[in-house]
Amino acid sequence: MSVPGAWYLALAAAVFSIGAIGLLVRRNVLVMFMCIELMLNAVNLTFVTYARLLDDIGGQALVFFVLVVAAAEVVVGLGIIVAIFRRRAGATADDISLLKG
Amino acid sequence: MIDWLVFAVAGAAMLAGALGVVFSTNPVHAALMLVMTLFGVAVLFVAQAAHFLAAVQVIVYAGAIVVLFLFVIMLLGIDKAENLRTEPLRGQRPLAFLAGLGVLTAVLFLARGAWVTGASSRVAPISGPGSNVQKLASVLFSRYLLAFEVTSVLLVIAVVGAVVLTGREPEVPVVPDDVPVSAGDDTIASEVDQ
Repeated sequence: MSVPGAWYLALAAAVFSIGAIGLLVRRNVLVMFMCIELMLNAVNLTFVTYARLLDDIGGQALVFFVLVVAAAEVVVGLGIIVAIFRRRAGATADDISLLKG
Repeated sequence: MIDWLVFAVAGAAMLAGALGVVFSTNPVHAALMLVMTLFGVAVLFVAQAAHFLAAVQVIVYAGAIVVLFLFVIMLLGIDKAENLRTEPLRGQRPLAFLAGLGVLTAVLFLARGAWVTGASSRVAPISGPGSNVQKLASVLFSRYLLAFEVTSVLLVIAVVGAVVLTGREPEVPVVPDDVPVSAGDDTIASEVDQ
C-alpha cells in the first residue's frame, strides 16, 4: 500500500475526463455507450480508493450497486440501440433528431 | 516498490485503453480497448484489497457487458470503420476537448493537497480480521439490505424492458372487406323492433 491514494484519484479523474471527451466527440452510439462505461469505471475506482483511505467498506458496497445499475443500463441501452438500428440502419447520434423542436 | 510497478502498469493500460476507446475508428477495436481498461481497473481493485469487486469486475464487465457490446456490433453489422475526420458540428470537437481538459485540471487543482477529509469508519472498517468478501457481505445484507432488494427489482425491470424493446411486434391481421357484419348488430336491432 505504498502508492498514495492521490495517485489513484488522479488516474480515475483522467480516465473520467477521457470518457467525457469521447462521449462528446464520437457520433457512433455504441462507442458513446462505451465511453459511459469508462466514466462509470473511473468513478468505481474513486469509490474503492476512498474506501481504502477512510477504512470503510461502504465504498465497496456502493461499487457493487454501481455494477448492478451499469449492467441494467447496458441491457436497456443496447435494447434501445437494436430497436433504433432495426428501423434505420447506420444511424448516428445526429440522425436521431425526431424530437428536436 | 512492487506496488508502484503494479500501479504504473495498470494505470498505463487503463489510460491507453481509454484513449483507444475514444480514438479507434472501428467499434470492435473500441470494445477490445474497453476490455483493457476494465482489466486495469480490476488490477487496481486487487491492489487496494477489494478482491470481491475485482472478481466481479472481470466476470460482469469483461465477461458479460463487453461480450454483449460485441454481440450487438456483430448482430447489427456496424463493424465498419467510421470516418473521424468529418465534423458534424463545426467547432464542437475543440470545445469538447477544452471542456474535458478544463474539468480535469479543475479537479486536480481544487483537490491539490486536500484529498481526503472525514473520520474513518468505526461501523464497518476494511482493516481487521476476516476476508474482504465476508465484510462486504455482512454490510450488504444488513445495512444495505433494502438497496440490495431494490437492485434485484431493477434487474427484473431491465430484463422485461429489454424483451419489450427488442421484440418484434406481431403482424396485424388484415381484415378483408367482404366480411359480414358481426352478429351483435343484429341482436340489438331485433331488440329495438320488439
